[in-house]
Amino acid sequence: MPELRNVAQKVRSKNAGPFWITIDVFCDTQEAFERVRDGLNTSATATLLGVPLQTLKRFDMPELNVVKISIPRPEVQGTIRDRDMHGAAIASLVAEMEIA
Amino acid sequence: MTRILIPSGALGLGWDAEALERGIAAKPDLIAIDGGSTDSGPSYLGRGVSKYARSSTKAEWAVLIEAARRADCPLIVGTAGTCGAGDAVDWLVDITREVLSESLQTAKIAILKSDQPAEHVVNALEAGQITPLTPAPEIDHDLIRSCTNIVALAGIEQVNAAIETGADIIIAGRTTDTAIIAAMPIEHGVDPGLAWHAAKIGECGALCATNPQSGVLQIDFDDDAFVLTPLADGANATPHTVSAHMLYENSDPYLLHEPGGTLDVTNAGYEALDKKSVRVTGSEWKPAKSYTVKLEAARVVGYQTILLAMLRDPEYVKNANVWARDIEDRCTKKTIKRTTASEDEFSIEVRLIGQDATLGALETREASPVEIGALGIVTAKTAELAAEIGKLLNPYLLHHPLTAEEEQPTFAFPFSPAEIDRGAIYEFCLNHVMHLGDPMAAFKLEVVDA
Repeated sequence: MPELRNVAQKVRSKNAGPFWITIDVFCDTQEAFERVRDGLNTSATATLLGVPLQTLKRFDMPELNVVKISIPRPEVQGTIRDRDMHGAAIASLVAEMEIA
Repeated sequence: MTRILIPSGALGLGWDAEALERGIAAKPDLIAIDGGSTDSGPSYLGRGVSKYARSSTKAEWAVLIEAARRADCPLIVGTAGTCGAGDAVDWLVDITREVLSESLQTAKIAILKSDQPAEHVVNALEAGQITPLTPAPEIDHDLIRSCTNIVALAGIEQVNAAIETGADIIIAGRTTDTAIIAAMPIEHGVDPGLAWHAAKIGECGALCATNPQSGVLQIDFDDDAFVLTPLADGANATPHTVSAHMLYENSDPYLLHEPGGTLDVTNAGYEALDKKSVRVTGSEWKPAKSYTVKLEAARVVGYQTILLAMLRDPEYVKNANVWARDIEDRCTKKTIKRTTASEDEFSIEVRLIGQDATLGALETREASPVEIGALGIVTAKTAELAAEIGKLLNPYLLHHPLTAEEEQPTFAFPFSPAEIDRGAIYEFCLNHVMHLGDPMAAFKLEVVDA
C-alpha cells in the first residue's frame, strides 16, 4: 500500500486557532483525489493522531481536489505538554500513512 | 463601490513596494492590515507584548501612515501588537506618536480597546452570558481572576464605530482577523456575506494568490460581487488559489463564525476576470439569534528552566532513551530529597531531539541519527524552584553514565551557563463566547490628537 505522500501533491497542517489543528491534503488530479478520498481511512487517522473519532471533522472537496481533516488539538497550543506551537509537524505523520 | 487595500498579511511581514505604490495610486477607501494572531502561542497575550521587532514594526507602520496620507484615506490595524491586549495597543500608539513627531506630522488617532476586566467576565459567567465553544477548558471564577490578560474579539460594529470617528489612523486591540476588512463595505451597504467572505480571503494579503510573499492585495466591492486583485508583478489570483484560501487556518472550509452570525460560502462562485483578478459571488451571511464575541485569555501555569546537551558517542545515541528516562527518575528523586518541593510542584523532562522531540508519543518512525540533542525541560511552580532544579539537572546531563562500571562520560554543552531561564509559561484558558446586548458594551473607544 502506498504512503499518502506518494499519491497526494502536498500535505499541510496548521493551527486553526489555539484549540484545533487542520490538515489539508492537496491532490493535483481528480484521479489522485479520488484515490485519497476512497483510500484514506478516517478511523485510522483519528487513531494515528490520538483523538476520538467522533471529534474529527473531515471534508472531501472535489471542487478543489482536497481532503481536509480537522481535529481538536491533542494538546492545546502552547500548554506545557504541547511540542509543536504551530501544529506544523502533524502533516508529516499524516503524509506517511499508508492508504488503501 | 468600496475599495480596500491590504498591504500584507500582518504588520511586520513586509510587502512589495512597487505593488503598494500601485495600490495607493488606485485611491482606496481604506488601508487595512492585521497586526496579530494567536499563532505564536499564549505568551504574547499573557504578557501583552508583540512578537515582531519594534524597529521593523515602526519602519513598516511609518510607510503605511504615509501611504494613507497620500491616498487620502484612513488606515486601520487590527489586533495591534500581536495579541491586541491594552499594553500592546499602547505600544503601537507610542510608535505612532514617534513616527508622526519624527515626520513633523499630526493625525487624529482612534484607539479601540478590547480588554476585559476579570470581574466583568466573572459577572457575565454568573449571569449565564458565557457559552463554551468546542473544545473548551473548564472555567470558574478563580481561573478567570488568574488570567493576566482577557480580550474579546471585536467585530464590524466596534470597528465601524472607530472608523466613524473620522480618525486618520485607527489602532484596534483584538479584533477578528476579518472585521477590519468587512466593516467598511457593510457600512456602505455591501451584502454582509460578500464582505465577510472577501475579508476572510483577503486577511492574509496576497497569500490567496501566486507569489504570496508580495503581500499587496486590492479588494473591490460592488452590489453583488467582490473582486480580488494582487497588485505585484507576477502575482495572480485564480479561482483555485482564491477558493483554496478558505482552507487556511479554518477548521471548517465552508462556515466561519463571526460576531453576530456565520459566513456560509457553500454556494459561492469564483470566476476569473482576467489572468490576475477573481470575481466572487454567492456568499451568504446567516445572522445569529444572539450577538456574541469570542474571548481569549492567558494565564501563568508555571516557570521553566531549560538546558541542552548533545550526545555524539554512538553508544549513547543508541541508548539515549534509557539514559534520558534514568536521568528524569534520578533527578526527580534528588529534587524531592534536596529541596522542599513536593512531586506535584515540578516536572523534569529530557526530550530527545533527533528521536521523537517533535511528535512525542504520536511518533511512528525510528531511525538512528548521528547525534541527539538532549533538551532538559524543568517546569516548576516558581521561577526560583525551576532554576534550582535546573542546577540539579546540570550534572546529570553532563556526566551521567549508562552503566556504573564505565569511566565517567562527558557530553557536549553548547552554552555556559547551561541553564536557560525561560520565565513564566502561559496557557490559553478560554475558548468561549460572551453574549452582549450592546456590541460596544465590552469595548472602549478613545480619540486622541497626536
